[in-house]
Amino acid sequence: MNLSLSDEQEFLREAASGSLARVKTVEAAREALEDPSALPDLWPLVKDAGWNGLLISEERGGAGLGGFEAMLVLEECGKVLAPTPLLGLLPASAILDAAGDESLAAVAGGDVRPAYVPARPPSDIDAEWSVESVSGFARGAAVRIAADGSVTGTVAWVPDAPGADLLVVVGVDADGAPAAVAVDAADATIEPATRYDATRSLGHVTFDHAAGRRLQVTERDLEYAWYLAQTLIASESLGSVQTTLAMSLEYAKERFTFGRAIGSYQSVKHELTEVLRRMENSRSLQFYAGWAAADKPDEFALAASAFRNAAGHALDHATRSNINVHGGIGATWEHDAPLFFRRAQLSRRLLGGTHDAADRVASELLLAAAAA
Amino acid sequence: MDLNDTPEQAGFRDQVRSWLKEHKGQAPPSTGDSGDSAYIDSRRAWQRQLAEAGLAGLTWPKEFGGQGKGPIEQVIVNQEIAASGVPGILDVIGIGMLGPCLIAHGTEDQQSRYLGSMLHGDEVWCQLFSEPAAGSDLAAVQTRAKRGDDGSWSLTGQKVWTTNAQFAAYGLLLARTDADVPKHKGMTMFIVPMDGEGVTIRGLRQITGEAEFNEVFFDDLNVAADAVVGGVGNGWGTALTVLMYERLTIGLGSEGFGYRSDRFAKALSTDKAACADPEVRQRLGDLSTDLLAVRFTGYRTLTALSKGQIPGPESGLAKVTTVNAAVAAGELLADVIGPDALSEDSEWFHMISFLPGLKSAGGTEAILRNTIGERVLGLPPEPRLDKGIPFSELRAKEKEAVG
Repeated sequence: MNLSLSDEQEFLREAASGSLARVKTVEAAREALEDPSALPDLWPLVKDAGWNGLLISEERGGAGLGGFEAMLVLEECGKVLAPTPLLGLLPASAILDAAGDESLAAVAGGDVRPAYVPARPPSDIDAEWSVESVSGFARGAAVRIAADGSVTGTVAWVPDAPGADLLVVVGVDADGAPAAVAVDAADATIEPATRYDATRSLGHVTFDHAAGRRLQVTERDLEYAWYLAQTLIASESLGSVQTTLAMSLEYAKERFTFGRAIGSYQSVKHELTEVLRRMENSRSLQFYAGWAAADKPDEFALAASAFRNAAGHALDHATRSNINVHGGIGATWEHDAPLFFRRAQLSRRLLGGTHDAADRVASELLLAAAAA
Repeated sequence: MDLNDTPEQAGFRDQVRSWLKEHKGQAPPSTGDSGDSAYIDSRRAWQRQLAEAGLAGLTWPKEFGGQGKGPIEQVIVNQEIAASGVPGILDVIGIGMLGPCLIAHGTEDQQSRYLGSMLHGDEVWCQLFSEPAAGSDLAAVQTRAKRGDDGSWSLTGQKVWTTNAQFAAYGLLLARTDADVPKHKGMTMFIVPMDGEGVTIRGLRQITGEAEFNEVFFDDLNVAADAVVGGVGNGWGTALTVLMYERLTIGLGSEGFGYRSDRFAKALSTDKAACADPEVRQRLGDLSTDLLAVRFTGYRTLTALSKGQIPGPESGLAKVTTVNAAVAAGELLADVIGPDALSEDSEWFHMISFLPGLKSAGGTEAILRNTIGERVLGLPPEPRLDKGIPFSELRAKEKEAVG
C-alpha cells in the first residue's frame, strides 16, 4: 500500500509549478476579460515542458507517461488559472497514440496542436453517444462519420478548439458504432465561444462532410478519452480549490472584527473546514482515478466521474466561501476571488457538467449491481 | 502509487488466510446479544484463539505478547477476518486503545498484571471517559477521586457512553483529583474493577431500542494507590494517548460499518422506477462519491502510517463524510422503499436509527470542525473562558451564569 507520489511525479509537479510561476497568469485572467489579447500564449511553455507529448509513447517521440501524471500537471495549471491548451490536447493525444496515427511525431514535436472533440459514452439509461448542445438541457447527437471518413455534425463548447491544427473527433459510424477520425482544423468551422472565464478557450465546431482520417481505435479508447477529460478538468478544479482556500485562510487570520480575527469565529472556521473536507475528498478521488487509469480500467469511469463530481462541487463551494470570508471586497473586480469564481461556474458546465458526472457515478454503480 | 501488497505482505496475508480457513468452523457468529453471557464467552474464546495464532495485538511490542508488526499488517488481518465472515477480537477498545496506553504509561506491575489477560480475552476492558457534562469538552470531567490517609482513592461520579461495561472486568477511568487548579491539570487516570463495591452499570437504550452503551455510576469506589496510571495530575496527557490510539483504531477499520456505495446501489437497483429517476440518481451519485472518497482517504492514512506518521485530527473529517453520506443513503433508501425501510426487520432500520447518535461519537461534528480549523488550518482559537481558571471557580461561574 503506497498512495504517495513517486520522486518522478514530485519532480514533474514541481517543474510545472516552477515554469508556470514565470507568467503572471492570474493578472492576465482579469485583463483578458476586457482585452482578450492580454492572454499570454503558453504554447511555447507547454512545448518546452514537453506536456504536448506527455501521453504519447516514448517510441513515438513522447514521454510515455500516464493519466495520473497528466492530472498532476493540470492541477498546477488550475492553481494559477493558466490558459494552457492541455484540456483539449491531452485526450486527443491519447486517442492518436492508441491509433498509432501518422500525426504523432508532429504532435510530440509540438508542430501540430490537436484538440479533442468529445462525445459522451452511453450509460445505463441512455444508449447513444451524445455531445454538448449550444444551449438547453437536451444533449445533441454525436457527429456522423461516413464510410469514407467524412464527418457531419456539430459539437458545442469544445475546449481549446480555437487555434488547434488537428481535430480528433469522436462520433458514430453508419451503424451507430463509436468511431474516431482526425480532421484538419481548416476543414471544420470553429466558432470561438469564450464565456465568463477568459482563460478558458472554447469553440462550437461544425463539420459539413469534412474529410477525416479514420483512426484505428477501440470503443474502450474512446471511453477512456472522455473519462480522462473528466479527470483533467477535475484536477484543474482541485488546483484552484487550493489557491482559493489559501486566499481565504490568509484573510481570515489578518482581518479583525469586533476585536477578533474573523478566523476565530466558528461560522468562518466551519465554512473553511468544509472547504478542506471537500478538497481532501477530491484529492482522495484523484488518487482513485489515477490508480484506476493505470491499474483498474474497469473502474476508471466510476473513479473519474466521482472525482469530477467532487472537485466541481468543491470548487464551487470554495469560491463562494472565499467571497463570503472576504465580505464585499471579495466580490469586486480588483480582487482575485471573482476570477476563481468565474472559473468554477464555467468549468462545472463543460464536458457534461458535474450534474452528468454524478449521474454517471450512479449509472456505473447500478450497472455493477445489476451484473452482480 | 501502488495498492498491492509487497511480497512480504502477500506472504503474511496468505498465512492469515489459511489459518482462518482452517479455523473458521470454530468461530462464533459475528453478531449476537451482548447481554447473553454464553455468546460473550464464545467471543472471548475466539479472541483467545486469535491471540494464540498471533492475530491479536499485531502492533503491540513482542515483550508484551504482541507481534511487533506495523499498521499495514493489522489492516491485512482486519481485511481477511472480514472477508472470511468470522468475528474479530471482542475487546477492540482494550487491545486497540487502552492496552497501548498501559504500554506507554503503565508501571511494570500494571503491564505484567493486565496486558496478558487483556490480549487473551480473559479480562475485557472499557473506557470510562465521557460524562453527562463532559463529552466533546472531555477535560470538564467531574468524577471525583479523593485520596485517603492510607493513600488509597475513593471515586464518586457518573460515566456514560461506555461500550462493553456490562461484561468488562476493568475500566480505565479519568477522574478529577484536584479542582483547585485549571481543568486540564487536575486530572488523574485510574484502573478500576468493574465488579467493585459502589459500581453500578445500567444499559443506555438508544433510538434503536437496544442498549449498545452503558451508564456507569461510582459511589465511593475504593481503589489502591497503585491503580493510578501515568502519575497523579497527568490524567490529561494519559487520556490524549488513548484518544490518539482511538483515531488510529478507527482509521484502520473505517469500512467496518458497512456503509458502502455498492451495497446501497444494490438495494436500489431492484427498483426500476427509482433507477430511472433523475433525482434518485443524483442523490446516489453524490453520496457514493463521498463514500468512494473516504475509501481512498483510508488508503492515504495507511500510507502515512506505514511511513511512521500518526494520523492527526484531519482524519476526523473522514468520519464526518462517512456519517453524513450514510445519513443521505438512509434518507434515499427510506424515500424509495417507503415506511417498510423503518420497520424493525428492515436491513436499514439499525443504520437509520444509529446514525444520529454516531454523528456525535468521539466528539460532536461542531467541535471537530473547531479542532481541525485550529490545528490543521491554523486559524485562531475561539476565545475561551476556561483557560487558567481553577476548575472549582469555573464550575461556580457556570452555575452563576444559568442562575
